[in-house]
Amino acid sequence: MPLIEKGRVVEDRFHRIGDDEALPEGAPVLIGIDRFLREAEALKGRQAPVGVIWPNDRPIGEIEPYLGQLSLIALGFPIFRDGRAYSQARLLRERLGWTGPLRAVGNVLQDQFLLMQRSGFDQIEAVKQADAAAFEEVVHRYSAFYQPATDERPSLLRQRLGRTARPE
Amino acid sequence: MYVYDEFDRAFLAERVAEFRDQVNRRLAGALNEDEFKPLRLMNGVYLQLHAYMLRVAIPYGTLSAAQLRRMAHVARTYDRGYGHFTTRQNIQFNWIKLENLPDAMAELAEVGVHGIQTSGNCIRNVTTDQWAGAVPGEFDDPRIWAEILRQYSTLHPEFTYLPRKFKIAITAAGHDRAAIKVHDVGLRLHRNEAGELGFEVLVGGGLGRTPFVGKSIRPFLPVRELLSYIEAIMRVYNQYGRRDNIYKARIKILVHEIGAEEFSKAVEAEWAAIRDGALHLTDEMIEEIRSRFVYPAYEALDDEPAEFTAAMADPRFATWFANSVHPHKVPGYSIVTISLKPVGAPPGDATADQMDVIADLADAHAFGEIRVGHEQNLCLPSVARRDLPELWRRLDAAGLATPNVNLVNDIISCPGLDYCALANTRAIPVAQEIAKRFADLDKARGIGRLHINISGCINACGHHHVGHIGILGVEKNGQEFFQITLGGRADEQAQLGTLLGPAVSYDQVPGLVEDVVATYMELRSGPQELFVDTVARLGVEPFKERVYAAH
Repeated sequence: MPLIEKGRVVEDRFHRIGDDEALPEGAPVLIGIDRFLREAEALKGRQAPVGVIWPNDRPIGEIEPYLGQLSLIALGFPIFRDGRAYSQARLLRERLGWTGPLRAVGNVLQDQFLLMQRSGFDQIEAVKQADAAAFEEVVHRYSAFYQPATDERPSLLRQRLGRTARPE
Repeated sequence: MYVYDEFDRAFLAERVAEFRDQVNRRLAGALNEDEFKPLRLMNGVYLQLHAYMLRVAIPYGTLSAAQLRRMAHVARTYDRGYGHFTTRQNIQFNWIKLENLPDAMAELAEVGVHGIQTSGNCIRNVTTDQWAGAVPGEFDDPRIWAEILRQYSTLHPEFTYLPRKFKIAITAAGHDRAAIKVHDVGLRLHRNEAGELGFEVLVGGGLGRTPFVGKSIRPFLPVRELLSYIEAIMRVYNQYGRRDNIYKARIKILVHEIGAEEFSKAVEAEWAAIRDGALHLTDEMIEEIRSRFVYPAYEALDDEPAEFTAAMADPRFATWFANSVHPHKVPGYSIVTISLKPVGAPPGDATADQMDVIADLADAHAFGEIRVGHEQNLCLPSVARRDLPELWRRLDAAGLATPNVNLVNDIISCPGLDYCALANTRAIPVAQEIAKRFADLDKARGIGRLHINISGCINACGHHHVGHIGILGVEKNGQEFFQITLGGRADEQAQLGTLLGPAVSYDQVPGLVEDVVATYMELRSGPQELFVDTVARLGVEPFKERVYAAH
């Protein structure tokens, strides 16, 4: 599945490792929540980056103690209609101060890319190849937004008042 | 009227372009129906029994004459010459072809009209009093706040895939015409003891298969904090609302399961973290929105002009005036309700020709403004009293002056099995038959205010729980049956109706309603006691005894 980072299809450095598989020496890994929580203490000493797939039905506040040892957080969309991870993403960025990579995984389709970008995701794992190719087009479909969000594109309320905080 | 600026217009054009692309991908097979469905729903496109249906948003029920004329054009060009006004202050076109939808939408977008977020699990069209800005005694124009919420909620990145749909209603008058207690969030605009403007916030009201009256979680929210508080509610709901069962996914179930107090605590905690952030409304922001509302240039007019006094000698005019005209906050003006319930016709339907007539009349007599009420009638909010006789003559000629507003045959009904893929039973023919039984409008006036609400299935689009007489269609062994409730109401004293007794067959419904009304006429303490008050005083028992003895 193509991984889009900041608008470009990039190679995924992270190896997705199952709960029972051995972690490859020296390589970045992306692991599930159960394994991560079980091995969190031991993983602190790992010499290569660790990422976690945080499920959308677990309060995102619980991730706080582990932020310092994570190099990637992936939030799941079990089905594209399940929008819990949008709130998790915004809380991670705006409340918990996460500035590292934030990846959308699961049933991720092009019609949600813009919402994901606006909610703070900077990596998107697209399901369909054609969707990845359309990325630039779909995230620039709108020239203005009505409400402030994580991306800090100015909202219309402020734009109309000439208070554009940060032009694009 | 709120006047769109270049941002609003650009946004709308971009949205139409996006939907055109989505339709093309669907037609080309790049999107399957499961993937396409939420996208079309969020543009107001449903797949109904016979065809696609387009639901067009009428934000807080306010329309310009030009917009209504364009709807007439869409009805004529892409549909079968009529549209259906809904209980959500929207309009539906029932026969549009999928491939024509982007064109119809583009034509509507030219006059600032769209179907955005009229469906889907997102924040829907914010509704309010159809008399907003015109009725005496409001604390403020609720449409200002509905517009702020409309902008805030449009294509909200975090709240476009909620557990379920989300409906917000606002009232700013002492008498609640917006049914705020049966909405996901109800906002009651008022002033506190210090004279500051704010909202009482209710959550968890709603009808459907599990009806609840909303609970108050904050008695006073300063208006500047509206968006941050709403965002806190939405964020709690988006994370913790149930997604395992579509029938338990509305916020009312979350509020019911964890309790209003627990829910309120979670909202307050979230709110504390964001209330001073980007969503805090400054006075300038509020004024910016307020300044885009253009109000009529009222003249100083006489309340009893000669034209009006002369016309009152005509009993037909006088009857219509007494029934359909309400006092305005500006002397010399009136609020006029246009009944879309001529006896025997589908409630809420208007033909393209009627829409054109109403648009012309709005231009000639009502500052070009039309409102849609949740009772499925239209309204001209500001008509000079000297113009009333001429207005009435022209409405009457177009079949739009039936003096039955708020009477027993001003029935609220969902489309039912005639259109809807979810319905279990017919609803429109039930309404038509009941209306015919009370076709004698003198008799109907003698009965007084009586709201009948009909839903063709448990989803309750006809709001049967809050009808003075509620009628719910259910299916039993392939047959249509109807449950009757009495005593529901949606206003500031909102409550759910009480079941009268066993369900009855389709053919029995009109007669049963006649018996209920006859019982009321015998039992009421006098003509001043409304039906709903008699039911409140006596309960349903005396009605039950009489009605079921007769059937």
